[in-house]
Amino acid sequence: MLQDKDRIFQNLYGYGDWGLEGARKRGAWDNTKGLLEKGKDWIISEMKASGLRGRGGAGFPTGLKWSFMPKPDPARPSYLVVNADESEPGTCKDREIMRNDPHLLVEGCIIAGFAMGASAAYIYLRGEFIFERERLQAAVDQAYAANLVGQNNIHGYPFEVYVHHGAGAYICGEETALLESLEGKKGMPRLKPPFPANMGLYGCPTTVNNVESIAVAPTILRRGGAWFAGFGAKNNAGTKLFSISGHVNKPCNVEEAMSIPFRELIEKHCGGIRGGWDNLLAVIPGGSSVRCVPAQDIIDCPMDFDSLSKLKSGLGTAAVIVMDKSTDIIRAIARLSHFYKHESCGQCTPCREGTGWMYRVMQRMVEGRAQKKEIDMLFDVSKQIEGHTICALGDAAAWPVQGLITHFRPVIEARIDSYTARADKDAVKVAAQ
Amino acid sequence: MSVRRLAEKQPESFEFTPENRAWLDAQIAKYPPGRQASAVIPALWQAQKQHDYWLPQKAIEKVADLLGMPYIRVLEIATFYTMFNLEPVGKYFIQLCGTTPCMLRGSDDLIRICEERIGEQRHVTADGLFSWLEVECLGACCNAPMVQINDDYFEDLDAATFTKLLDDLAAGRPVHIGPQNGRLRSEPLGGLTALTDFYGADGKSGPLSDMQAALQPANPAK
Repeated sequence: MLQDKDRIFQNLYGYGDWGLEGARKRGAWDNTKGLLEKGKDWIISEMKASGLRGRGGAGFPTGLKWSFMPKPDPARPSYLVVNADESEPGTCKDREIMRNDPHLLVEGCIIAGFAMGASAAYIYLRGEFIFERERLQAAVDQAYAANLVGQNNIHGYPFEVYVHHGAGAYICGEETALLESLEGKKGMPRLKPPFPANMGLYGCPTTVNNVESIAVAPTILRRGGAWFAGFGAKNNAGTKLFSISGHVNKPCNVEEAMSIPFRELIEKHCGGIRGGWDNLLAVIPGGSSVRCVPAQDIIDCPMDFDSLSKLKSGLGTAAVIVMDKSTDIIRAIARLSHFYKHESCGQCTPCREGTGWMYRVMQRMVEGRAQKKEIDMLFDVSKQIEGHTICALGDAAAWPVQGLITHFRPVIEARIDSYTARADKDAVKVAAQ
Repeated sequence: MSVRRLAEKQPESFEFTPENRAWLDAQIAKYPPGRQASAVIPALWQAQKQHDYWLPQKAIEKVADLLGMPYIRVLEIATFYTMFNLEPVGKYFIQLCGTTPCMLRGSDDLIRICEERIGEQRHVTADGLFSWLEVECLGACCNAPMVQINDDYFEDLDAATFTKLLDDLAAGRPVHIGPQNGRLRSEPLGGLTALTDFYGADGKSGPLSDMQAALQPANPAK
């Protein structure tokens, strides 16, 4: 088990002081100038050595991403944009960082901004996080008052930090949709290329990173990339915030070492599965966008990118949604289909039409009011959405449905059978009247 | 996507208060010159807050004028982003999360209570106090099921605590914001399993515990 001294988010539960003084006591803002003086190349190579993979879901190596930024050009400023539009169902980790340990994020911003030659950071929060937005703004204000950021700050690297917010659109968590939204437009993803590193916010070089990826950077640099790389399996380094929700006895957020087995994670921190391990039905291990995994496959699986992708699922944002045997799994996935239908931006036809189509069929499957051949048709349609859209929302809408059909086809068929049997009986009754 | 249209009955005019105008100018200053359109979402949000939590057509046009944007561009924003209410809402506007993590923990019970006490979604009660809407994931899944009422999250609800919450709001009694089952944030209920070196098992007895800071409002300086 990860020891407390090795936890990065030492005020994850908010029992300590979120402010500057408290953050300093926990080690934040300690010799930040010294880190910057070691130079960009050192920071990027240390981040690469740490093996940190982006914490927003895709798992792209963070150090590598930072190295893609072109050389600073006075005519064209560069930007760091922090993606705090945390809306993936199951995920609630960035919220805890922003309201309980916001200085880790602010410090991470100036360090990451320095490493990529950016002049300012925009932190884009989802609109609903009003408390978190005010708290983060309070931390930014404290950092300005202490001259830790700003034009003439004590670190010798002029850097601004701004807090911005959205207004309730899941799609703005997609990096190019987020940039569109930040420019004051509808959040519709852009075609890539050009990639944001060349043409991002206001047409300038931009890197978009998740809150957690940025907030862990100062600690990694202080303690060394090798320290961070010491946790977790090869290629899955570090510590990670897990958000465990659903049918566990004690749902919670917790920071643990990557690659912790599922059983250990749940036993140690969540008080076990509701009704015991035999009562476990399935788990969605990485936020709603990944395929569900049936109980027997997940119980002893290490929770990391590679192990879960071997199960044709994924670590995603490490939002673990646990479902016990009382769950109507068809309805649980149908509700996710409703989510994607609601959140599709409407730009690409396969997603705009396909998400609604899948939801309507899934609704009938919940009742059993369908034909068995429609299961294959549903799978086929989901395959036609997947990979045929500008952004990954189409894929994200398709995968939960595919996971359901792959693992729980007999449940769907039984539901159809029972509906048919009932319908036959009811039909006879009507005829007799 | 969802169909969103402006309300049929619209007020004659809309003006920002002087405080909100000054606030908006400070927002615009965050963005590079000529990029004032970036402030459109914060501006509409402030307009909505000023106007009883819903956004009339005149406010949309006002924001467009102030930011130098065509009306249609701002109307697009107002209809695209679902946090903008285009029709009147109750004094207590309940956004009830019904997405899978909340559904697994019992949001169906909360929906039933809303239907019984308030009625259909978007319907404002006769006393103007309540209206409700089932929304998509609000990002508090470890504290499911939960609702957002105006600006505040109320988490770890069940039928009894939600009913009491609505009773208290209706009677004008003070309510406790946040988890309703004794948790502070999203730690495991009944004792920490991590960070105990710093905060003790109860969170309050370790060397870094600071309950005064823990219970502060979001921005105490304000």
